[in-house]
Amino acid sequence: MHHHNHGNGFLDILLYILLIVLIVGYLVLVYGTNKKYKEWPMIRCVFWIIGIAAVFLGIAGPIAERAHASFQAHMMTHLLLGMLGPLLLVLSAPMSLLLRSVPVTWGRILSKVLKSFYVRWITHPIIASILNAGGLWILYTTDLYHSMQSSNLLHVFVHVHVFLAGYVFTLSMIYIEVTPHRTSFQLRAIVLILAMAAHSILSKWIYANPPLGVEATDAQLGGMLMYYGGDAIDLVIVILLCAQYFKGKKRAVEGRVYTVAKTSEG
Amino acid sequence: MEKRKNSNDEPFNIWSGVLFGLGLVAFIDEVVFHQLLHWHHFYDKSTTSIGLISDGIFHAFSWFATVVGLFMLADIRRRKVWNVKRWVGAAILGAGVFQLYDGIIQHKLMRLHQIRYDVDVIYYDIVWNVIAACMIIIGIVLVMQKKSPNHKKNEGEA
Repeated sequence: MHHHNHGNGFLDILLYILLIVLIVGYLVLVYGTNKKYKEWPMIRCVFWIIGIAAVFLGIAGPIAERAHASFQAHMMTHLLLGMLGPLLLVLSAPMSLLLRSVPVTWGRILSKVLKSFYVRWITHPIIASILNAGGLWILYTTDLYHSMQSSNLLHVFVHVHVFLAGYVFTLSMIYIEVTPHRTSFQLRAIVLILAMAAHSILSKWIYANPPLGVEATDAQLGGMLMYYGGDAIDLVIVILLCAQYFKGKKRAVEGRVYTVAKTSEG
Repeated sequence: MEKRKNSNDEPFNIWSGVLFGLGLVAFIDEVVFHQLLHWHHFYDKSTTSIGLISDGIFHAFSWFATVVGLFMLADIRRRKVWNVKRWVGAAILGAGVFQLYDGIIQHKLMRLHQIRYDVDVIYYDIVWNVIAACMIIIGIVLVMQKKSPNHKKNEGEA
């Protein structure tokens, strides 16, 4: 159980260096491009810093340490790594920042990648939701959670998946970043409801059926944390999704009124 | 022209009200019966799988409904076509429908959880579902009422 704590000093230092590089790097790009383009919103810098902090708290530090022995702490790391962190990072629009920072030729390559079939496929709401919710269902309803505790490689793989799936899922629901492939509000609304349902059903399932190697009370606490914590973050996504839709609708209505007024004048 | 605009906005008023009412009653259920009174249980050992699925979908849908209902209300108000009476009626109707579904299908048929434990639950069930039925009737009456006084004023004596 404790082999994670040994020999991780070097890895931890690497992680902290990465943390600082990511935060400083973002701020440098903001500062550098503000002279050339429209000023980058300050709130995005705040989202980025807190988002990166949330992700790192999910993989290193006190909560992640406790997560080896406590399922509830493990669930907290997953909320940070797979939900709160990704949401904040999507809100900070790092891809848009990168696109306005790099030279034109690089930008063309980057936007080509973003428009590729693979990215289009993986950021489709249905695929992203299956990757996100499906991964969690596999993790907690099979012995994967138990196996992960004794294999460093599996541990890293699961955590990388949880983060990436959470990020792509959030990206597929709200359009703040450069998103070349957009789907209708109705489709995203239905998929989001189903994904939220899958999340709350799984958390109650965990409550009743502890994963292998987890004590009943620990599973109950973890399940409830997953249920209510997931609700809180999903609610923010719901509000953002609706806000974007009704803002677009308002603009469309005003546009129509304007056209009607113009044609009736003539 | 004015009249046609109003009739087009009626479904919008009703949908906004129904969605908000549904979300509101689910929220009250969570806050009052789960968190404050601790009557409802997070999980009941007799819960069926279908009950768990139904609960999950309604739980997600009610969050969404509350938010969409309120955004629709903001939209209706911005366009100044809010029919308050009909909206409130629709909200009561939505609340009643969800409460009846919760009371009959989820509590009784799917055995999701009971209203309260260690008591004679039948009285609680009766009160719960009678209130739901009353809300549905009041909601339908309010929604069906032809015109609110506001509209009469606009259309003269017609």
